[in-house]
Amino acid sequence: MSTDARAFCRDEAQAIATYNFAYLDEQSKRMIRRAILKGIAVPGYQVPFASREMPMPYGWGTGGVQVTASIIGPDDTLKVIDQGADDTTNAISIRKFFARTTGVATTTATTDASIIQTRHRIPETPLTEGQVLVYQVPIPEPLRFLEPRETETRTMHALAEYGVMHVKLYEDIARHGHIATTYAYPVKVEGRYVMDPSPTPKFDNPKMDQCPALQLFGAGREMRIYAIPPWTQVVSLDFEDHPFEVQAFDRPCALCGADDVFLDEVIMDDQGTRMFVCSDTDHCNSRQTAGHAGEQDT
Amino acid sequence: MQAEPDANGYLEGGFADPVMGGQTIFRAIMQAMAEPGTIRPISQALRAPAPMTRTMAAIAATLCDADTPVWLDDALAAAPQVIKWLGFHTGAPMTPHTDQAAFALVSDSTAMPQLAAFAQGSDSYPDRSSTVILAVESLASGDAFDLSGPGIRTSARLRLTPAPADFIAQWTANGAQFPCGVDLILAAPDAVACLPRTTRIRQGEG
Ligand SMILES: [Zn+2]
Repeated sequence: MSTDARAFCRDEAQAIATYNFAYLDEQSKRMIRRAILKGIAVPGYQVPFASREMPMPYGWGTGGVQVTASIIGPDDTLKVIDQGADDTTNAISIRKFFARTTGVATTTATTDASIIQTRHRIPETPLTEGQVLVYQVPIPEPLRFLEPRETETRTMHALAEYGVMHVKLYEDIARHGHIATTYAYPVKVEGRYVMDPSPTPKFDNPKMDQCPALQLFGAGREMRIYAIPPWTQVVSLDFEDHPFEVQAFDRPCALCGADDVFLDEVIMDDQGTRMFVCSDTDHCNSRQTAGHAGEQDT
Repeated sequence: MQAEPDANGYLEGGFADPVMGGQTIFRAIMQAMAEPGTIRPISQALRAPAPMTRTMAAIAATLCDADTPVWLDDALAAAPQVIKWLGFHTGAPMTPHTDQAAFALVSDSTAMPQLAAFAQGSDSYPDRSSTVILAVESLASGDAFDLSGPGIRTSARLRLTPAPADFIAQWTANGAQFPCGVDLILAAPDAVACLPRTTRIRQGEG
């Protein structure tokens, strides 16, 4: 654990000396629970909620933390990832926060988790029925960069007026010859609401469609909760002559040889040696344990 | 600590453990709302004055509070102990107006008001709609409905005893207003099922 994370945990331990289960008070949980049910009933619609102070900075995903705190129970097993990794400061801190305030079991194995909180990635291992994926969302409004006024974006959602979003994507095409947006790539949920999948790479967008797991999104600073029920249609916006495509990588993972995953470029040593490895560390480790190897190991 | 006998009949009867009780019930409701038609068992040793059922009381104790006006059907509204129980265990204000209810408690499904009478939300704020908590005798027998929509992989079958009058027509009209419309929580004696406004229903065959 880093020094930052250690300091965080010490401060947090003092702050939550007399904490409720999962830290959050029951009235806040009830309010968030009601918002979650509305979000499920209106897939892709951003439900306003009164975000609470949590013992961590907003940048750390307090929206997702509040959602997890409102749903988690003693029978849950929690996994927390930042990018695809379980061992970053942010992921460790949030995992420890819940371990301490709830006593629930934690795991790094996607298949063992009942709740997975994430900042960027959807795990490579397919999710299953009964699992809940909780996203920490910094900017929930897909129209924000096109229209800064909340009253206007609300009206655009109300009328399903999403032409401006297509114009933006088409400007990409005009400028770059293709849609250059690679993160937070907008989707349309069940043919109605245009939704921001948060800072996930567009590589993960297809995993949201007809996903067996429930997907919940919490934006703390912007005070919005939204949801995608299991088995719901999620379509990435595109054009007939420029269909949606995920990022392609021109090589497999250097550690496990996977060629159907999202890769991160990492620097290996002081000489600046670079290689491409799975962003999803649990997936990569599982594959290596199962005997798969990349060129790095051969 | 042994509780004093409850002469008023409403001070007791909440969750033995409000934190865990609320979490357990909420997860059952959340999963039922996420996967319409699935039946989620509820077992809470919670007591409620008639004609409010235990399941209905558990749902109200989980979701209702001072921020959620509650509407009661005639049978519930005629029972002072029910109003006292809800006041004591949830703090929720009662409203006589169906269209101002955050939650509507319906103990007699055959006498349920038209769904259109409840708060429907607006195109800008479809979340400002009523959630109807409807007591039913059984989710295991009775009229069969075939469900489709978000949360349902291919199809699902829901049974209701008794079903509200003209239910398919009412529910179809409710769904036609999407994103507005009410959501339904069905409270059986030992289980819940949900119909969010996105679920399409038709008469079950066979
Ligand atoms: Zn790998």
